[in-house]
Amino acid sequence: MSYGTETPVVGRGAAVIREIMSGGSARALLSVVAGFVIGAIFMVFSSEEFLAAAQYLTSRPADALGAAWTAIAEGYSALFRGSIYNYKADDIVAAFRPMTETLRFAGPLIASGLGIALAFRVGLFNIGASGQLLFGALWATWISTRVSLPWGVHLVVAVLVAILGAAAYGAVVGFLKARTGAHEVIVTIMLNYIAAGILTFFFRTPELLREVDGGGTPKSDAPATTAQLPLLLGPDFTLHAGFILAIVGVFVYWWLMERSTLGFRFRMVGHNADAARTAGINVERTFVLAMAASGAFVGLAAANQALGVQAGLTPDMDGTIGFDAITVALLGSSTAPGVLLAGLLFGAFKAGAPQMQVIGLSPEITGVVQGFIVLFIAAPPLVRAIFRLPPPQKTTVIADWWQKLTTKGDAK
Amino acid sequence: MSTVVTPGLFSQVDVTVSRKTPYLMVAFAVFVLVAFGFAGKTEVVAFQWSKEDDLIHLPDFLVASNIVGLVLGATLVAIAVVSFVLAQRKSVTPIWLTLMFGLLAVVALLAWLAAGNTLPFAFILGNAVVLAVPLALGAMGGIMSERVGVVNIAIEGQLLTGAFLAAVVGSLTDNLYLGLIVAMIGAALLSMVLAVFAIQYLVDQIIVGVVLNVLVLGITNFLYAQWLSSDGQNSNFPGTFPIIPIPGLSAIPIIGPALFEARITTYLAYLIIPVLWFILFKTRLGLRARAVGEHPLAADTVGINVARTRFWWVTIGGLVAGLGGAALTIGAVGAFGRNMSGGQGFIALAVVILGRWHPFSAAAAALLFGFSIVLRIWANQVSPGIPTDFITIVPYVVTLIAVVGFVGRVRAPAADGQPYIKG
Amino acid sequence: MKLELRGITKRFGALVANDHIDLVVNSGEIHALLGENGAGKSTLMNVLYGLYTADEGDIVLDGVVHKFKGPGDAMAAGIGMVHQHFMLIPVFTVAENVVLGHEPTGILDTLDLDSARKLVREISDRFGFEIDPDALVEDLPVGAQQRVEIIKALARDAKVLVLDEPTAVLTPQETDELMGIMKGLAKAGTSIVFITHKLREVQAVSDRITVIRLGAVVGEAKPTDSAATLATMMVGRAVDLSVTKKAPKHGEAGLSVTGLTVIGDRNNKVVDSVSFEVHAGEVLAIAGVQGNGQTELAEALVGLRTPSAGSIHLGKMDITHSSVREVIDAGVGYIPEDRSKDGLVGDFTIAENFMINRSYGPPFAKGLTIDFANRERIAAELIDAYDVRTPSQVTLAKKLSGGNQQKVVVARELSRELNLLIASQPTRGVDVGSIEFIHDRIIATREAGKPVVIISTELDEVTSLADRIAVMYRGRIVGIVDAKTSRETLGRMMAGATV
Repeated sequence: MSYGTETPVVGRGAAVIREIMSGGSARALLSVVAGFVIGAIFMVFSSEEFLAAAQYLTSRPADALGAAWTAIAEGYSALFRGSIYNYKADDIVAAFRPMTETLRFAGPLIASGLGIALAFRVGLFNIGASGQLLFGALWATWISTRVSLPWGVHLVVAVLVAILGAAAYGAVVGFLKARTGAHEVIVTIMLNYIAAGILTFFFRTPELLREVDGGGTPKSDAPATTAQLPLLLGPDFTLHAGFILAIVGVFVYWWLMERSTLGFRFRMVGHNADAARTAGINVERTFVLAMAASGAFVGLAAANQALGVQAGLTPDMDGTIGFDAITVALLGSSTAPGVLLAGLLFGAFKAGAPQMQVIGLSPEITGVVQGFIVLFIAAPPLVRAIFRLPPPQKTTVIADWWQKLTTKGDAK
Repeated sequence: MSTVVTPGLFSQVDVTVSRKTPYLMVAFAVFVLVAFGFAGKTEVVAFQWSKEDDLIHLPDFLVASNIVGLVLGATLVAIAVVSFVLAQRKSVTPIWLTLMFGLLAVVALLAWLAAGNTLPFAFILGNAVVLAVPLALGAMGGIMSERVGVVNIAIEGQLLTGAFLAAVVGSLTDNLYLGLIVAMIGAALLSMVLAVFAIQYLVDQIIVGVVLNVLVLGITNFLYAQWLSSDGQNSNFPGTFPIIPIPGLSAIPIIGPALFEARITTYLAYLIIPVLWFILFKTRLGLRARAVGEHPLAADTVGINVARTRFWWVTIGGLVAGLGGAALTIGAVGAFGRNMSGGQGFIALAVVILGRWHPFSAAAAALLFGFSIVLRIWANQVSPGIPTDFITIVPYVVTLIAVVGFVGRVRAPAADGQPYIKG
Repeated sequence: MKLELRGITKRFGALVANDHIDLVVNSGEIHALLGENGAGKSTLMNVLYGLYTADEGDIVLDGVVHKFKGPGDAMAAGIGMVHQHFMLIPVFTVAENVVLGHEPTGILDTLDLDSARKLVREISDRFGFEIDPDALVEDLPVGAQQRVEIIKALARDAKVLVLDEPTAVLTPQETDELMGIMKGLAKAGTSIVFITHKLREVQAVSDRITVIRLGAVVGEAKPTDSAATLATMMVGRAVDLSVTKKAPKHGEAGLSVTGLTVIGDRNNKVVDSVSFEVHAGEVLAIAGVQGNGQTELAEALVGLRTPSAGSIHLGKMDITHSSVREVIDAGVGYIPEDRSKDGLVGDFTIAENFMINRSYGPPFAKGLTIDFANRERIAAELIDAYDVRTPSQVTLAKKLSGGNQQKVVVARELSRELNLLIASQPTRGVDVGSIEFIHDRIIATREAGKPVVIISTELDEVTSLADRIAVMYRGRIVGIVDAKTSRETLGRMMAGATV
């Protein structure tokens, strides 16, 4: 990592990031399994029945085992009921609602995950999703609450403004990196706080975005009905068109990264910025463009958050999406289908929260599971060790030898 | 394969040092001079040097706010001019001058905010120190790790771990010292995970760092929600270390009460900062550590065990950061709160860079951040009219300006962030 | 001290880098280890130095078998090494570098730098090195850095000194001085292992020669053996690296450089008022010791660095301030000196690497998307025409051998319509077979009437390919001379003497 050197340096980090990304779907699956297992352990040890039974573990071990099993089963079935299908529901609508909730929560996660994934593939680590989201949402909220436009046009403009706002904020990161060599990790962290400050100021100031007749707390008006993302399944379900935006994003991302020449250049810079520069690519401009594109996908998430509600917004509307997006991109190997699936999984975690609350288990448990999943994803050798997988297939002999000779303990 | 280009080989060019610093300084200085001086408020500010119970009680210093703005503004302009002259003579503005500039600018802002009010200088300085301690300790942990070539983005997680364990263990055992020790060990274990992944498994250090932060946040959030919030009396009510005045030193006017009536966590920070400097730059241990961070292969070829050196420095860095975490809870407010570190680990990372991987400069940078946090809290109380949201973002803007070049060209340890693979 | 290597075998995966290598170096002997790039010399020495652990075999010093767990053990046993890439810490002083790893200390583990300085002065006086112990290593010229490396080894009482390709960064005169130092050390009883692929140096300095090829010892030779014999042993067949070429067709000036000045990363004039012309159908070689501004000159020519003064004209077109992309589009082919860093994207396939500098339009792009069918066809043609040995065109470039990687670069650059070819160290780290192929291609470009600029630190390559030779020293061109100029004259020019 190099901070603030005069020329932008693409570190070896990019190479290692790629190594992580190149992991197979099998490893992703195993990481998820391992994450769930550890989550189960946490559930067991936070179950009062189990802790009580553990007091007399030696005399009646079956009690403790039973309590442990109950804790796990109750916990995960609550997660299932909350996120996929509520078999205890009274009517069919309520039974299927969890699934639509999962999709609703997955929308912004997928979109912002795509943004982070794109940056990863250009060798950049964008941990500024939260700032980009807030900045996009700020201007989208301006359009949705302070501007009146006809039905249809209003929503399109608001969504575009969300995308542009987030893209612009992302481009700032790329610009600073390209011009000054400042490391994007530090820059994005700082810009996250700055965006939060600006947004809070706007939401607190009556002349700007504070809700009409609002009190001292920073809060905006609800978006005008013409600017709200329409509900997809009628009033019984909260699923809105934001999910469609995310799916469109998945297709655009796939085309961009796998088929287009622009994506080719993005990947080239990500793999080897020096060679790209020598091949006539303007690396600095590519950084700016890539961060703007990264921000644009996050902007889809901003549209989800700002326009997918019927109530006023508060400055914490980004929730934990900023860091969740990183976990989505990591778990999804930065590929379009991977991000889609990872986004759905973590969306399910969010959707499952209320049901877990009901049975007295803190929904924060999903944060633990999520944390361990990405830990396993980030550490391929750890997963291999746990599941006793064979080491990665050796490639041609000559090539390995050559690599050893040329790199001489220098690096991968 | 890179070419060794030696500067002695070529004729030097007559170049000018980057003027970024002087220009920015002039902009700030003129702003202070105009906003707080010429257009400043005429109400009187009472600089309150001493608290009621101080041994040596200095009288309050009464002065009009705009006079302070004028005087300090002029001083800042003078510093900016010096910086310009230095740039003209092709030398870089020294870091202490830049820090002095920042400090004076902060005082000018304080005097503007406190127009018509008292400015409790001792109180502000004292609180700035308390707030700077976790940042400084986190930064020392970061320096220890980065000096041997491991980027430590997990400082945030280490602070959070330390804060959590200090409060919980301190509560459950009723022994704050035990809480402190467990906090340090816990953070060191987290650091060990980073070290093992970075050194043994060659995983990208920044990714592991971020992932560890996510993990610690997830775990502490869960435990807080599931356990601490319902059983707070028992498990999250540790109290704080007593404040121990140091005889003699605490009697020094102005700075005595602020610096030497503190808790043990603060005194430990006073101890660790110079010790770290001494070890890094004066001892064999430090020479080897820096060698590993600059050129691990070269260190290896003279028989220094790169992996072991990195492992222990990163781990012990975690110990120090854990102490910083403990300073957040039992060294300041007592109980643990959800996501208590709230990004201070990232600020500590900024402090490392701002302080150019040097313990003393980093400590000064941490103090500057401490000031800006106090400022925000106190400004809210004295003049509620001003947009505090903007004061909130000031430290982040300062950091941003710093990393994009205000502090001049920063040179990280050459092998910072690079895994070392043996043949 | 007598060094014996008995049956050293080192494998990387399935590949045997060292195959039962035996080597005996007597006390006070200069023993040359000769082999071409990739023959396994460096691997063997890294085993000897404890950086790698041998899979089989013994290291025996004065009859005692040693097992080295790391360089520390090797040093303790009396082995010192001067690495090809210096193992010095640029921001440390000479004294700090010399004592690193066995530092004299006072109370509380404090460094005793006075003793360190004394040690440096003492050794430097003994050999007449003139090194300031308090100088920062990064401020020293390359030759002086190499001496610091030697002091480092001697400060640890090295009885066996390994020098790995030590002359790559030296002028012919500095090389002579180094050989003098080597002989002096040998006379004082130090055993020296001298690793090189340069026949001339082997003949000049060694007592005995061991030749290795493809990881195995092929035999011993005497310094009195002819260069042809040594080369044949080294490569395994008769080699003729002399290039036959027609007399130059003196065409129009294809490239004219006038007063070009480039400011380097440390505010020094790395290229200083350089002027030259290259005519169509001519090869101009730029010779010089590594690090005298040749790299920066090449980078300035292709637009990677912005000149601070002067001009570059391609034919009549001013390309002084053109971007890299504009220079490429103007028909300038560029083979960079460091192929894995600048020439190839290792994680891209061979086919993808063929299109990295032509991703904007046909034949590789159709509108905004990649023309996959066309790319596949072109890649197949180029792999065939340039003899790239690869399992398939979707093999990652990093999986290829050095020679084949370089052929990919050469194929990419020569397969389009060129107005100028700039080749920087075109055969560095490449096997002899590929060297011959690449040289042929470069000459073919010249015969086709294109101007060619070769930048090389290998005098043999320079003299065999060039029509004229420009020698660079400290950023300036010392002189432009005929290709038939003697080695000695070129050597003096490389040390800065004007003709």
